[in-house]
Amino acid sequence: MGVGIEVRDLNAWFGKAQILKEVNMTVGANAVTAVIGPSGCGKSTFIRCLNRMHETNPDAKLTGSVKVGDEEIYGQGIDAVDVRRKIGMVFQKPNPFPTMSIYDNVAAGLRLNGFNKRRELDVAVEASLQMAALWDEVKDVLKKKSGSSLSGGQQQRLCIARALAVQPELLLMDEPASALDPISTGKIEELIFQLKTQYTVVIVTHNMQQAARVADYTGFFLMGKLIEFDKTEKIFTTPSDKRTEDYITGRFG
Amino acid sequence: MHNMSTPGPVSTTLSKPLSLWRRATNVGFIALASAAAVLVLAPLVAIFGYLLYKGIGSINVAFLTNTPKPVGESGGGMANAIVGSMMILGLGSLIGVPFGIGAGIYMAEFGRGKLVTLVRFTADVLNGVPSIVVGIAAYAMVVLPQQHFSAVAGGVALGIMMVPTIARTSEDMLLMVPNTIREAALGLGIPQWRATLQVTLRTASKGVITGCMLAFARVAGETAPLLFTAFGNQFWNLNPNQPTAALPIQIYSYAISPFDEWHKQAWAGALILIVLIVVAVSAVRFVTSRGTMANNA
Repeated sequence: MGVGIEVRDLNAWFGKAQILKEVNMTVGANAVTAVIGPSGCGKSTFIRCLNRMHETNPDAKLTGSVKVGDEEIYGQGIDAVDVRRKIGMVFQKPNPFPTMSIYDNVAAGLRLNGFNKRRELDVAVEASLQMAALWDEVKDVLKKKSGSSLSGGQQQRLCIARALAVQPELLLMDEPASALDPISTGKIEELIFQLKTQYTVVIVTHNMQQAARVADYTGFFLMGKLIEFDKTEKIFTTPSDKRTEDYITGRFG
Repeated sequence: MHNMSTPGPVSTTLSKPLSLWRRATNVGFIALASAAAVLVLAPLVAIFGYLLYKGIGSINVAFLTNTPKPVGESGGGMANAIVGSMMILGLGSLIGVPFGIGAGIYMAEFGRGKLVTLVRFTADVLNGVPSIVVGIAAYAMVVLPQQHFSAVAGGVALGIMMVPTIARTSEDMLLMVPNTIREAALGLGIPQWRATLQVTLRTASKGVITGCMLAFARVAGETAPLLFTAFGNQFWNLNPNQPTAALPIQIYSYAISPFDEWHKQAWAGALILIVLIVVAVSAVRFVTSRGTMANNA
């Protein structure tokens, strides 16, 4: 079951540049929430703050609070590694581990966290690939082919399977289809639709049609601020802010 | 340019035969490149061929199983030097490989600011230090305190020489791993040390191993740093804490001797040394290539 996210007064910096300014957002459980906005508006930084990936950059700073479920992920004594284990992330460019087979890619998160029971790994790998709608295409070459030998769209579904294998409570996707052709994009979107029955999904996208298609809620970012956050339908039909309207009608960005 | 939509002119240009001048320069450059390739290969083939010609006649069971005979007696071999060389090179790798890769990981993955520049600069300087100077350093560090020569001292000297090569190639290879791979690992909730060792380093492993092999092959033929560390030995010795024979030293002392048979044995020793390096490098390549998928298979 997915969990909700409660973001309060979130500010983020790279060095002296403030990327996010006082962001407040409540993400519902078991729903797809899209984050849209022009390049450089802070949407990628925003979701990287939700699983503490932001701080992997040495210049990064952050203030504010993010609660995932009941847990404050920036609370004292909370280990960023544990946070990331519970929150899956899929990146813009498919990034399978190039020296690992398809099987090893999916099993990587479990294995590298010290989980090594073979039969259970087999089960987890199959279930994850099934869920990512990739099983039928790769079941015969699981250990024979490397992850990077797959096509771009398959690689991205492999990365989704890899993220699902560690059984996260939440799935973050940073423009997961921006490097893919329309057919692969369609498959990913279909997948997102199915994933929300079990997970809470937050997706950053450049593509407004994509947000309209997959998301229940949509947030519009501009220059580090969350301008408007509402039901997707409302955002795309009757936005309350002029800037949102300008953006979705293509007047800038 | 605005005629791009009509395919006609494009296809005629493609089917037109190349001009005489284009064909001539094409042939010319291919010839130049091939000549350069031959020039690079020629010394290696010549050296190996000459070694085979001079050395193969003296290689026999006795040469591979006996220790050197005293002056005046015929026969004998370099078995102790072969084993000694392996021992010294093994000890050297034991020091050079972990420290070299460790320094490379530090520079590529963890180091920040001036300290990295300093480490990198030091590695480059160390790479340029003459091998005999490294030998003196090992002499001062190991031989003087212990008051005797040893394989360990030789291993320390060779290990120190391996570090900069391995560190710098490891660093370069790790930096070639795209950042998205590191992020993928961290995003899975893998601790950073583990992500570095089992994902980043593994992705770069091919290049890192090449660096190790390069360093190994380079020090395998070193004589100068062994002269006053491992020292050499005419008898069997398997104790790393004792003076130990090594092929380069044995080759050197036999080559400058006045005896014809020793000259022949020196040739044979040189041949064995090269074969040893080739076998070691190929074996490591074979063993490490299993279990890891080729990058673009």
